Amino acid sequence: METTRKLIRKHSLELLYKKLSASNKVYAPVTATDKQVEYKYNPPFSDVTFDHIRSTLSVKNLVFPKVENLFIFSNSKTESSITDVNLNLLPNVVLWGSHPCDNAAFDILRSIFCWDINDEFFSKRLEKVTVIGLACHTSDDYCFCTSTGNAPNSVKGSDILLSKLSGGDYIAEFITAKGSSILASSPELFENETEEKAVIAVVNTKFSHEQVTEKLQTAFEHPFWVENSLRCIGCGACTYVCPTCACFDIQDETKGKEGRRYRSWDSCGFGLFTLHTSGHNPRHVQSQRWRQRIMHKFSYMPDRNESLGCVGCGRCSSACPVDMNISEQLEALQNI
Amino acid sequence: MNNLISRAKELLESKTVNVVIGYEAGPTGLARPAFITDSAKADKLIYDERCVQNLAVYLTKAEVKNFGKMAIVARLPVMRSIMMLISEQQVIGDNLIILGISEDNSLLDIASISVMQGYIDKCDLGNPSKDREILAELNKMTPEEKFSWWQNQFSKCIKCYACRQACPMCYCIRCTVEVNQPQWIPVQANAHGNTEWHILRAMHLAGRCISCGECGRACPVGIPCHLLTMQLADQVWNYFHVHAGTSDKMNSVLSTYEPNDKESFII
Ligand code: SF4
Ligand code: SF4
Ligand code: SF4
Ligand code: SF4
Ligand code: SF4
Repeated sequence: METTRKLIRKHSLELLYKKLSASNKVYAPVTATDKQVEYKYNPPFSDVTFDHIRSTLSVKNLVFPKVENLFIFSNSKTESSITDVNLNLLPNVVLWGSHPCDNAAFDILRSIFCWDINDEFFSKRLEKVTVIGLACHTSDDYCFCTSTGNAPNSVKGSDILLSKLSGGDYIAEFITAKGSSILASSPELFENETEEKAVIAVVNTKFSHEQVTEKLQTAFEHPFWVENSLRCIGCGACTYVCPTCACFDIQDETKGKEGRRYRSWDSCGFGLFTLHTSGHNPRHVQSQRWRQRIMHKFSYMPDRNESLGCVGCGRCSSACPVDMNISEQLEALQNI
Repeated sequence: MNNLISRAKELLESKTVNVVIGYEAGPTGLARPAFITDSAKADKLIYDERCVQNLAVYLTKAEVKNFGKMAIVARLPVMRSIMMLISEQQVIGDNLIILGISEDNSLLDIASISVMQGYIDKCDLGNPSKDREILAELNKMTPEEKFSWWQNQFSKCIKCYACRQACPMCYCIRCTVEVNQPQWIPVQANAHGNTEWHILRAMHLAGRCISCGECGRACPVGIPCHLLTMQLADQVWNYFHVHAGTSDKMNSVLSTYEPNDKESFII
């Protein structure tokens, strides 16, 4: 489908940001320290970064928060009651300046959360999000979006995609009806496109994900897993920073006669994740857990969800305390 | 470094050890742990200022223990961790060859645990100077200011437990946070759950933390959680005159009673 493309000058972008923040929660990236880029709600425009490579955490918490209340319960002598969380009270959120890898992850999350039954916590949150994506003009060695079927300027998941022009202004591409409604409500901020070209990062392909998926079919018992995961210390860092990891734990927490059931992030990297009540643990050592991470994303998900479980953002590799570099390992797996 | 490589080759070829745990350079130039089992691959070993991770954490991991006899590249924090692990009966000193590295990056001749003890005794065992400076600044704050400074830090915590997994002294097969009948520490990563987690971790490491800073280095969101355990290491020194990891027969400060212990901190 033909999409509308418009030029937006840097100062108009600021006006757009201000206009949107007046009536919405705008979730935008700011540089917190030299190593950390964090998303914040309605930060001043001057703090918003347009040059970051990747934020420390992904933006999945907009649709899959680290703690989500499922319902509230209370007990009295004669009766128990359950109160649902009113999802209609969720605010509209504009996600601003998130990169194509993170935006492509929303569909992958949907393929997990709405696989058979519709997870309304997830889908109600997603409905409320408008994505103003930002194509990447810089990248680093951890990036491998192009090896997972994405691209630094892919429009997947964005309602509007901004691309930086060499002169510092932006091209806005309107992808969806949600995106076009922003154009309709502020036409004065946009101009017609000129000849000026967008600056897009070059991300070379590192491996063929089809071949990796093919190899994984028979790689379950391969010595690769132990050899390449001895240094993995089994934390949840790779999972929790990942835009597509969706595993959660469910807990009840009570105080007196009242309590709530909530879900919170969990990770297949932890030993407890698969521990049975009997004491048996089918994944009793770390290599089996590392294998699960790769298998889930590059074998089981293509098979069941018809989509890879990875968008190549490289965040897991940059967050890993022991430099478990996922693209390096996938490259090696392609050739085992 | 050449000395380290030739020593590693010698140990592997003579089958004195089955694995040498050291560092290699990864594709982005970062140093990372390497497990060398074949002397032909020992040339990968590097040793320079990038090699800061505390490798002692691997001595208690199941798949590494499967190797049996091993050698480990060890700067002071690793040596002190090994002392703690031996004194807590997690590691058998006889199964281990220490490839000691001095402050100026040269290979030390550490023939036994007692030689290692001699080396440790001669070193400065306080917290690293950059952390000492930050702690001094934090200690100037009022308790309320300090609490809110830490609350702000804890608010970022995602409970990935990289801090725990990176620490050689956090070797418990089932951490208290994983004990869920009843659940002692809330699972959720919110203000309440995070604060309880950090207090618990700090208390479990009081008198055991050897000030390597690994927990803070591992944290993906940049919480300097090593300052909590380092602060307690200072206090253990002030009250009991003990530095963790200085002998293979240490008693844990918090579980040992001595009649002449100072009790001034008991309210
Ligand atoms: S790969 Fe890295 S981040 Fe993931 S569990 Fe292992 S050590 Fe932690
Ligand atoms: S697995 Fe790693 S590279 Fe892939 S989407 Fe998750 S964090 Fe990004
Ligand atoms: S990789 Fe692991 S944590 Fe991530 S979604 Fe798959 S099973 Fe869950
Ligand atoms: S500094 Fe952190 S990782 Fe190192 S021993 Fe102390 S608590 Fe453990
Ligand atoms: S490593 Fe950091 S984010 Fe993870 S649990 Fe520890 S303090 Fe929290």
